[in-house]
Amino acid sequence: MSEPLLEVTDLRVSFRTEEGLAPAVDGVSFTLDRGEVLGIVGESGSGKSVTMLSVMRLIVDPNAVFGGKILFKGRNLLEMSRGQIQRIRGAKIAMIFQDPMTSLNPVYRVGWQITEQIQAHAELTKRQARERALELLAGVGIPNPRARIDDYPHQFSGGMRQRVMVAMALSCSPELLIADEPTTALDVTIQAQILKLIKELRSESGSSVVLITHDMGVVADIADRVVVMYAGRIVEQGDKRDLFYDPQHPYTWGLLGSIARLDRPKGERLASIPGMPPSLINRPPGCHFQPRCVHRVERCSVEDPALTDKLGNGHVDACHLDASVKRRDRVLGSAPTGSS
Amino acid sequence: MTGEGDVLLRLDHVRKYFPVKGGALMQREKSHVHAVDDVSLQVRRGETLGLVGESGCGKSTLAACVVRLFELSGGSITFDGRDISRLSRRALRPVRRELQMVFQDPFASLNPRKRVGRIIGDPLRIHRLASEKQIDAQVRELLSRVGLSPEHMHRYPYEFSGGQRQRIGVARALALRPKLIVADEPVSALDVSIQAQIVNLLAELQQELALTYLFIAHDLGVVRHVSDRIAVMYLGKIVELSPAEDFYAQPIHPYSEALLSAVPIPDPDRSERRQQIVLEGDVPSPITPPSGCRFHPRCRYATDICARQEPPLVDYANGHLAACHHPLNLDRRSPVDATAPLRSPMDRPAAALIPTNEEGPNEQ
Repeated sequence: MSEPLLEVTDLRVSFRTEEGLAPAVDGVSFTLDRGEVLGIVGESGSGKSVTMLSVMRLIVDPNAVFGGKILFKGRNLLEMSRGQIQRIRGAKIAMIFQDPMTSLNPVYRVGWQITEQIQAHAELTKRQARERALELLAGVGIPNPRARIDDYPHQFSGGMRQRVMVAMALSCSPELLIADEPTTALDVTIQAQILKLIKELRSESGSSVVLITHDMGVVADIADRVVVMYAGRIVEQGDKRDLFYDPQHPYTWGLLGSIARLDRPKGERLASIPGMPPSLINRPPGCHFQPRCVHRVERCSVEDPALTDKLGNGHVDACHLDASVKRRDRVLGSAPTGSS
Repeated sequence: MTGEGDVLLRLDHVRKYFPVKGGALMQREKSHVHAVDDVSLQVRRGETLGLVGESGCGKSTLAACVVRLFELSGGSITFDGRDISRLSRRALRPVRRELQMVFQDPFASLNPRKRVGRIIGDPLRIHRLASEKQIDAQVRELLSRVGLSPEHMHRYPYEFSGGQRQRIGVARALALRPKLIVADEPVSALDVSIQAQIVNLLAELQQELALTYLFIAHDLGVVRHVSDRIAVMYLGKIVELSPAEDFYAQPIHPYSEALLSAVPIPDPDRSERRQQIVLEGDVPSPITPPSGCRFHPRCRYATDICARQEPPLVDYANGHLAACHHPLNLDRRSPVDATAPLRSPMDRPAAALIPTNEEGPNEQ
C-alpha cells in the first residue's frame, strides 16, 4: 500500500481558559487516501472544525496547546515553520469555509482576490493569472465571467460567493480540499450545485476531500468513509455503507434518528437525543456520551471505551456494548436496515 | 369543502413591496422589491401550515406581515374573523395577544440584559393580565411546560445553549395563550439532535393547547414532519399549496419537484440511485422579476407561454393547488384524471385547467 495522503495520529488540541484546560480535540486519529472523500460529522463543539483547522495550521490562538502528529505526504505539518506551511497552504491543501458572506474580502474585487491567490503560488503574469481566474469562474458555473470578474463580493449572491470560494480553492489544483460545512448557509438547490462541483473535482483531478458537516444526508451523497465525532473524540468510523446500514455507536443512531427524512413514511415523533453535549471542561467520567445514552450500563460511567474494531472490517467504534447486543437493541426507526 | 368557520387566518391578495431608493441627491424611489406579491391562503384552526421556499422568496416577510410587524402594501389579513390589516397600533394590542411569534435566532431574539423570568413574564405585564405573584407562578409553569427547570427563571440568556434558548422563546410566545403561533425557521439555527427535541416539543404543545401554527422553514424534512398542509413560495408568490402527504408524493409544480429532489437522503444506496434535478443559476432579483411565470428561466419544462403569461393558482382536486402551465404528476392523480386519457402533461392546454367548481380540473 502506498502511504496515505494525510495521516492524523493522536491529535490533541486544548485551549487554556480561565476555568481550566478545554480539550477541544482529544486523541483523534484517522487517515485519508488519495482520491478519497472523508466525511466528518458531529454537532457544534464536537471538535470537527478544530481538527481540520489544525491541519491547515489556522489556529493561531496563543492559548492553544497542540499534541500528536499530522503527516501530510509523510511530513509533520505541526512542526513546520510558517514559511514552509505557507507554501503548502493554498497550493497543496485548500479550504472552503462555511460562511461565504464573510470569507471574501468585501473591499476587493472578486477577480483581484482570485488572481492574488494564484500569483502567490504560481509564477504567472498578471494577465495570465487573470485568464486563469476567468477559466476558474467559468468552471464553477458563474455565468458570463468576463462581466462579473470585476464585481465586488456584495454584488454576488450567497451561492455565487461560495462558488467563488470553490474557484479560489481549486486555483492551484490542491491535493487535499477541506470543506468546512460548505453548504450549511445555502439553500438546498444551491447546495446541490456546490456538492456537484466537489464531486467533479474529485473525479477530474483525483483530489482528496475532507467534508465537515452535520448533515448525514450530505455525507450519504458524497463521502466514501465517515468519521463521527462527539465531545472531541471519534466515536465511530467506517465505510459509508457500513456506517449507515450497521451503525454501532448509540450516538450515531441518535444522529440518524433525529433527521426528519423524506424517504420514509412520516413517524409520530423524531427520535431525539435527550440532554445536550457536555461542557468540554467538565466532561462526564467514562464514556462522554453516557449521560445521554439510553443503552448505558454500569461500566459506561467508570471505564472509558476505546475505539476498537469489533467487527473486523475496519469499522471502529468506542462503545462498551457488544455488537450483537447493539444490533438487537438499536431502534430500527433510527437506523436503516439496508437498501430497499 | 372547507367552511369559513374553521379558518383562523386568511390572507387575501397580500402584497408587500419595499421601495428601492436611488439617485445621488434626490433619493427618489426608483423601483420596488416585490417581496410578497399577491399571496392568498388560509390557515385552519388547529392545523400546521408549513411555508417553504429558498432565501429571498418572501416567506419571512410574509410572516412579519401576518403579525403586522410590517404594514401591507396591499391586500388584507383576516384573523379569527376580523380584518386586522388596517388596525391601529392600539386596536392591534388585544389581537397580538392571540398571535405570537417564535423567531429563528435564539441568540438575537432574547434580551441579554434581562433574566429569563422577566423575558417570559413581560408579555403578561405589558398586557396587564396578572399580578406579580401570579406572573411568577405562571413563568414557573411555562418553564416546566417547555422542558426547563422553574429555577432557571433567575438566570440570564447567555447561560443557556441554543436549544434551551429556543425553549425560552417558545415559553414567551405561549405566555399569552395565543391561538396562532407564527414560527419563522424555529429550528434551523440548532444542531440536528436539538432540532428534533424542539420539533417534538412544538408538536406536543399543539396537541395540549390546541394551537395553530404557521411554520416557516427551508428544511423540507422538518416541514413535512410538522405540517398538515404545505405552501411553496417562489419570488414572492405561492406556486403550490397542498395537503402535506400529497405534496411530497406527487408535487405538481416543477419548482417543488426540483426542491424535493435537492434534499439529501441519508441513505447511501437510495442517494446513489435517484436522479437529482440540479437547478441552474440563482433565484432572480425580486426587483425585476421575470415575466410570465417567475420560475420559467430555471424551469426545464418551460415553453413560450411561460414567459408570456402568468399561470394562475389552480385547484387540481382535494385542495392541491399549483400555478403552472405544465403541471406534473397529473396522470397519476385522481380517478377523473385517470379516465381522461392525457397525451402528456405538456400538451395539455393550460386554459382548460381552470376549474369552475371545487371538484377538480377539466371535465370539459
